[in-house]
Amino acid sequence: MTEPSDDALAIRAGAGDREAFAELLKRHYDRMFRIGVRVLGDADAAADLAQEVCVGLPGKLTSYRREGRFTTWLYRVVVNAARDALRRAATRRRLESDYTALKAPDRPGHSPVESESVWLRQALGRLSAELRTTVILVIEEGLGHAEAGKVLGVTAATVSWRMHKVRKCLRAYAVKEEVVL
Amino acid sequence: MNDEIERLQSALRANRPSPSAEVQERALAAALAAFDDHHRTRSKDAVQAEYDNRRRGVWWLFLPVSNWWSRPAFASAITLGLAAVLFVAYLRPFTQPPPPFPAPPLRSGFGASIQEQDWGEEQDDWQGEPPDTLSSLTGVFTSEESAPPLGLRAAPGGRAMHSRTADRAGGPAFRDQGRDRFTAFDPNPVKVTAEEPVSTFSIDVDTASYAFMRASLNQMVLPSQDAVRIEELINYFPYNYSLPDSREAPFAASVAVLPAPWNPTNRLLHIGIRGYTQDPGAAKQANLVFLVDTSGSMNAPNKLPLLVNSLKLLLETLTPQDRVAVVTYAGAAGVALPPTPVAEKPRIHAALDRLGAGGSTAGAEGIRQAYLLAEEHFVADGINRVVLATDGDFNVGIIDPQALTGFVSRKRNSGVYLSVLGFGMGNYNDDVMQRLAQNGNGNAVYIDSLSEARKALSEEATALLFPIAKDVKIQVEFNPATVSEYRLIGYETRMLRREDFSNDQVDAGDIGAGHIVTAIYELTPAGSGAERTAPLRYQAAAPVDSAFKDELAFLKIRYKLPEEETSKLITRPVTSADAATSVAAAPREARFAAAVAAFGQLLRGGRYIGDYDYNDVAALAQDARGQDPYGYRAEFIGLVKLAESAAALAPLPPPDTINGP
Repeated sequence: MTEPSDDALAIRAGAGDREAFAELLKRHYDRMFRIGVRVLGDADAAADLAQEVCVGLPGKLTSYRREGRFTTWLYRVVVNAARDALRRAATRRRLESDYTALKAPDRPGHSPVESESVWLRQALGRLSAELRTTVILVIEEGLGHAEAGKVLGVTAATVSWRMHKVRKCLRAYAVKEEVVL
Repeated sequence: MNDEIERLQSALRANRPSPSAEVQERALAAALAAFDDHHRTRSKDAVQAEYDNRRRGVWWLFLPVSNWWSRPAFASAITLGLAAVLFVAYLRPFTQPPPPFPAPPLRSGFGASIQEQDWGEEQDDWQGEPPDTLSSLTGVFTSEESAPPLGLRAAPGGRAMHSRTADRAGGPAFRDQGRDRFTAFDPNPVKVTAEEPVSTFSIDVDTASYAFMRASLNQMVLPSQDAVRIEELINYFPYNYSLPDSREAPFAASVAVLPAPWNPTNRLLHIGIRGYTQDPGAAKQANLVFLVDTSGSMNAPNKLPLLVNSLKLLLETLTPQDRVAVVTYAGAAGVALPPTPVAEKPRIHAALDRLGAGGSTAGAEGIRQAYLLAEEHFVADGINRVVLATDGDFNVGIIDPQALTGFVSRKRNSGVYLSVLGFGMGNYNDDVMQRLAQNGNGNAVYIDSLSEARKALSEEATALLFPIAKDVKIQVEFNPATVSEYRLIGYETRMLRREDFSNDQVDAGDIGAGHIVTAIYELTPAGSGAERTAPLRYQAAAPVDSAFKDELAFLKIRYKLPEEETSKLITRPVTSADAATSVAAAPREARFAAAVAAFGQLLRGGRYIGDYDYNDVAALAQDARGQDPYGYRAEFIGLVKLAESAAALAPLPPPDTINGP
């Protein structure tokens, strides 16, 4: 027996099928959490975000309509929730410090490769939320520019342009901090 | 220097965050709780809201219009529909085995205004096969968008419900009891013929109570007694009564007398009325333009996908020469399908499937365009109609509602009418829709599920329904020589005063083409000794003319033709010749109606039916199931069994003893 598709599960869940809903959550919880960590930069905030999204899903699923992939739809929900969370966090001016605090234990000092990846992850935290979300969707979640555009509500060209900008930013950070990439 | 992006990518891959099991578990538990909560309140509130609306009569919008499917028989479809269908939509969108209406049988010729009882066992003229429509409908149901959530296909209702209940993880969700509000009423009491020989009531084609009852039983909760209106349960089902023979007599009344299944000494007087049906063969050629709202707000399963399927249903009822065009507005504006003969169905389906919701751009001239197309292919003597399908977003190019109604009514004079199909809830704009439809010489229908669409569109169009009689009142005078007591089952909220029967100012129920109305009295034969009321000491029984010793009752039906204000009267005596000697010998339709009546009384506490129980009801209904091409009756039997289980469950304490929800 083949596994039901995400789409089928989502439609069933929207109709009130509890098992389908639970299965859907199991499949995608990691994804929600991961995006939370990357965008918010904090595991606790990400856990909160993922939970918030999960709790909100029953309502959203009732209006879920099959168009494109379920994951695209879900990314959009998560990204929007993350954006709201960031907005809330921004009012407390906490984001930046949290991000660095989280990453503090593995500050540079180990092997060059590892320190480079740490630096990169921190650099990610310094990008604007918009760019950060875009780059996460594209390189970590592996979405094409067109699909990422759908998630973010922008055109594929905008995604491409943002990716270009990310590259430029990273390069600029590197130059400024004399990190050799 | 390598690409920063690639390096970032590998950096991220090297350190993928993953949630702790505990965090994940907590989130999932919270989400499932939210899920349960959401679906519980959602179904309950929605059903209640719809139900209230129905009771207030908000959606009785059938308008006095000319031909075709702009017909008040929508009323029946709607009455049936809202609560039921809405609820069902929540349980399994698009999977509810469609409770469709068979194409009513046709008959021609002229005859007496009241038919003799002639609907015996052998006469089972549902005209058999669910027409082509059925297979194509099944196609609709199994199409991709509407894949049943539980793997259920359009199976007969009862079974589908059973498996739904069984499939449900963790059993039915908690549902508090007794907070729904209904007008309380007492069942009609037993009347002593000598004291009150005349019983008068208005017919009722409303069927919302059945839907509510079904919704409730599917949650394994008995409906509150006041939510059960027995006449609405009985009238939910199509019965194969004889048809009237001419437009002169808009409906035919069939009468049967049979022993009461729950009390063999008593009799049931069963009155069945069936409205005249126009010959669909005489259908005029149709020239339809679907004006479809594709704005972003239509992007919900109960809107655009439902709309598309509804229109496909409608297509099935058209003849190959009819023409159909599709114009969209908002989002993607323009002609999605130029006028196309229905013979080219695949093209039409393809065009409908391409409709997609999105965007909020006003399709500038949507409505003008639609009318333009309709006028271009105007069929003299045909049906020329724009069918506006929307969720109430009247962003159709003419923004001012006044201007819009003006436009529509001007166009009406050119012979192109407008009908409105309403979808979804939320920004659904009832008022504007009704006004538009009224001005367009059309009607507005609210469609919230595919089965509702089928009821409203498919049945409409096949039966070519239109109002055939209004203010239909029934008065029965019982003969004290033969009937000592009587009791009308149901119709508590429809009782009229005796003098109102002949008063044309007093409003009563309407009958549309193809409508079927049933009323059942329980009679205690004189001298049977089964009277519930002890005889009086000082009142001598009035002498009865021996000429009437064979008559049980005298049935009078008063009605007005749609355009007339003066009522007409048809009468017929009920004699012992109408009586069947045993339940089994009674006409099947009467037996089934009796089963439904018994069920309704059981749900209302069973004051008058002794120890007759759910099993008896199920057996009686099963026996009288007949052909049941669309599974209505099978569904009923399933509900009876559900009710038996629900009744066996201990009732919850009244709400005020519960802390919190």
